[in-house]
Amino acid sequence: MSDDFAIDVHGLVKRFGSKVAVDNVDLQLPRGEIWGFLGPNGSGKTTTIRMICGLLKASEGSGTCLGFDILREAAQIKALTGYMTQKFSFWGDLTIRENLEFVARLYCMPDTARTVDETLEKLELTHRQHQLADALSGGWKQRLALAAVTMHNPQLLLLDEPTAGVDPQARRDFWDEIHRLSLEGMTVLVSTHYMDEAERCDRIVYLANGRKLAQGTVPEIIEKSGLFTYQGRGPGVRRLAERLKGYPALKYVAYFGAALHISSSSREAIEAAIARETAPDVTWSETQPTLEDAFIAMMDDAGIDQREHA
Amino acid sequence: MSSPSQILQRIKAVFLKEMVQMRRDKMTFGMMFMMPIMQLVIFGYAINNDPKQLPTAVLVEEQSPITRTIVQGLANSNYYEFVMQTDDPRETGDLLARGKVAFVLSIPAGFTAQLLRGERPQLLIEADASDPTAASAATAQAQTIIAQALRHDLKGGLASLSGQPPPFDLVVHRKYNPEGVTAYNIVPGLLGVILTMTLAMMTGMAMTREHEYGTMENLLAMPARPGEVMVGKIAPYAFVGAAQTAVILIAAKLLFNVPFIGPLWLLLFGVMIFVVANLALGFTFSTIARTQLQAMQLTFFFFLPSLLLSGFMFPFRGMPDWAQIIGEIFPLTHFLRLVRGVMLKDVGFLQVLGELLAMGLFTAIIVAVAMLRYRRTLD
Repeated sequence: MSDDFAIDVHGLVKRFGSKVAVDNVDLQLPRGEIWGFLGPNGSGKTTTIRMICGLLKASEGSGTCLGFDILREAAQIKALTGYMTQKFSFWGDLTIRENLEFVARLYCMPDTARTVDETLEKLELTHRQHQLADALSGGWKQRLALAAVTMHNPQLLLLDEPTAGVDPQARRDFWDEIHRLSLEGMTVLVSTHYMDEAERCDRIVYLANGRKLAQGTVPEIIEKSGLFTYQGRGPGVRRLAERLKGYPALKYVAYFGAALHISSSSREAIEAAIARETAPDVTWSETQPTLEDAFIAMMDDAGIDQREHA
Repeated sequence: MSSPSQILQRIKAVFLKEMVQMRRDKMTFGMMFMMPIMQLVIFGYAINNDPKQLPTAVLVEEQSPITRTIVQGLANSNYYEFVMQTDDPRETGDLLARGKVAFVLSIPAGFTAQLLRGERPQLLIEADASDPTAASAATAQAQTIIAQALRHDLKGGLASLSGQPPPFDLVVHRKYNPEGVTAYNIVPGLLGVILTMTLAMMTGMAMTREHEYGTMENLLAMPARPGEVMVGKIAPYAFVGAAQTAVILIAAKLLFNVPFIGPLWLLLFGVMIFVVANLALGFTFSTIARTQLQAMQLTFFFFLPSLLLSGFMFPFRGMPDWAQIIGEIFPLTHFLRLVRGVMLKDVGFLQVLGELLAMGLFTAIIVAVAMLRYRRTLD
């Protein structure tokens, strides 16, 4: 059963003192898929990833990662997993080449020099291999980190906000690489705050306050939210926004670019609200709810004040 | 332009922020109060530049009221504390070399008869002068102390013997360092001090650096076991220790002419154990400290008492018993005895076995603590 799953964990709980960081999370990630891990800061994404790869011991719950017990067989899991930390955590005072050599040796890979040469070539960093890693820009550091954590051909890739602070072009290249690795059979769990990245995943898991609020494909999650969304355009939307926020039936009133989005689980509630709060220079039209609309509505349903996590 | 009240306002803002940050760093805050207390106790109570009650063995080949008076007189002076008395020269043999006693007093057979005949017999004090400070005051006073003690016995018909010169000839052998050259004591000691300072601190900082820069998470996510990380991180500093040893030994010979009469292999063996002890200590500090600064503070916290109580700066045997017991904990104490023993006294393996075992025990305990504390996870 767990052979079909790269990650198969049940009821994971992690407490730090009296604080519950992860609360009863189940996760069954089939081999070969790319899953997105979403949720506000402090929702427990990093903690869950660390429990899966054996960096933290779960307070409760059990499960396997690549067929190995996450509580007792961390060493085997580490050998088959590539984990890219949120913060760049390679050695800035080593050169690019030295960093890769260190990793290759630590994983006991045969022919370190050739492996590193090939990796450098693939990275297109051969000409810069003797520069210190600290001298690289954010985008390049992230590429180096990805190359380093995939050099030993792991079966599972755990990426913790890998594209934070990286420019759009670098992000796109990065995701191309993720898809390429996935085609080779690698399973990927990637946490992100970017909705466009979430949409590149086979499936997404949404975590808030340590609990799993939703799981599924993007259309499934939007569908499941049962939301209706209207979009208002025109110079008067700014004045309307404050007034519309006073309607409890409207779950979500927010700007999308110059447009104002209002969402509710009741179409009537929206239509009633925009009928009362008219403005001559605003035009309304119904639109498809976005993933973000769905997430914020879900947090609202779960009783979580989104401003705490803004 | 800023008004004076604005200037004060901003100073106050920085002041308050600094106070909060100072209090929040519990380790630094604790050290700021522990350090002065520790130093007060050590300098105030433990250290004595005019060391008294130095352990002394007495070899008496003849028992008589006169010899008893001499021993009693020296003991009463407080400079000497007689820890053993024997009439067999074999028993006092290597006590001095092993540093168990600071002096050996020998009263030869026939001493009393010769004294009474006015022949000024010889009385021998052998002093361990490898630490010149410890030996000097006690030996300088010995002649006067003995003459005064004898004055009570030499009365009536013997009163003529209590004048000047005294009725005996006190011979002082300042062994191992007859000229009392301070460098002979300091330079071998420095080897231990420099190794402690650099190795414990460098190892501690090398490990905490991984925590501070966030690279530890990466290291833990890769399949390296704690023992492997420990050995791999420590080994480079073992080479640093070897290089430092070579530099100091060469300098001792070429610059300070410190004699080196014992076996080199024994010294290097001792250095090896001592280096391992300090590397393990640094590693243990790194499992306690969160930052490089804290690792450095911990090193100093350990280094200061070990410097002061090991016998490097002040005579070990001149300290009160409790300070000597604490001193015995530090590897530096045992290392100093070993280095001075091998370089200046030509001691053999068996004579320093106790010091080697003490350092080995310290290392074993420290390594055990380090392995227990090393975090395999980020918990």
